[in-house]
Amino acid sequence: MAVSTEELKQRIEAGIPGTRAQVTGDGAHFEAVLEGPAFTGLSRIAQHKLVHDVFGTELGDRIHALSIKITPTEA
Amino acid sequence: MSDSASNPMREAIQSAISDNPVILFMKGTPEAPACGFSARTVAILESLDQPFAAVNILPDPAIRQELSDLSGWPTIPQLFVDGELVGGCDIVTEMYQSGELAQLLGVEGGAPSEPQDSADPAPLTIENLL
Repeated sequence: MAVSTEELKQRIEAGIPGTRAQVTGDGAHFEAVLEGPAFTGLSRIAQHKLVHDVFGTELGDRIHALSIKITPTEA
Repeated sequence: MSDSASNPMREAIQSAISDNPVILFMKGTPEAPACGFSARTVAILESLDQPFAAVNILPDPAIRQELSDLSGWPTIPQLFVDGELVGGCDIVTEMYQSGELAQLLGVEGGAPSEPQDSADPAPLTIENLL
């Protein structure tokens, strides 16, 4: 099943409470711009891993490429 | 769970990460990247005049499998500095733009640098390490 930007947005927002996601993409390459308090105080690696954990093995497979830009916000 | 002690591919990857202060696992080679994200990461390292070892993960799917198991990072490219995962293309790009990458690598970001020892970064193939 094709991946939609709406699916990615909903799953990120459901999977990382308090996060707002804007997702753009063409079905294979996506870009997610995220902001939320869950990222505050984490290293970049840890911030990205929160997002990776939402999708698990789908990343790099069903979701071919997901570029992530994160802005931590105050809780 | 595979036991790393009996896993030559994982050992080869771990050794490559330990033995090379700056190592990039990528799709394709620095001369011929096979993916836009790998290409961008290579371009950033080259713009900093940073020599780096490069491993093409494409020839054997087991390289990527073991690398991701080892690093906990699902996608390619992956940049390691001093044995630590720095991140993929997004993180490397952000750190480049902020100057943190130059700081981490100990190079002067943006400024013309002294000509380095012009030894080309030796392409590294995991297969050859086995």
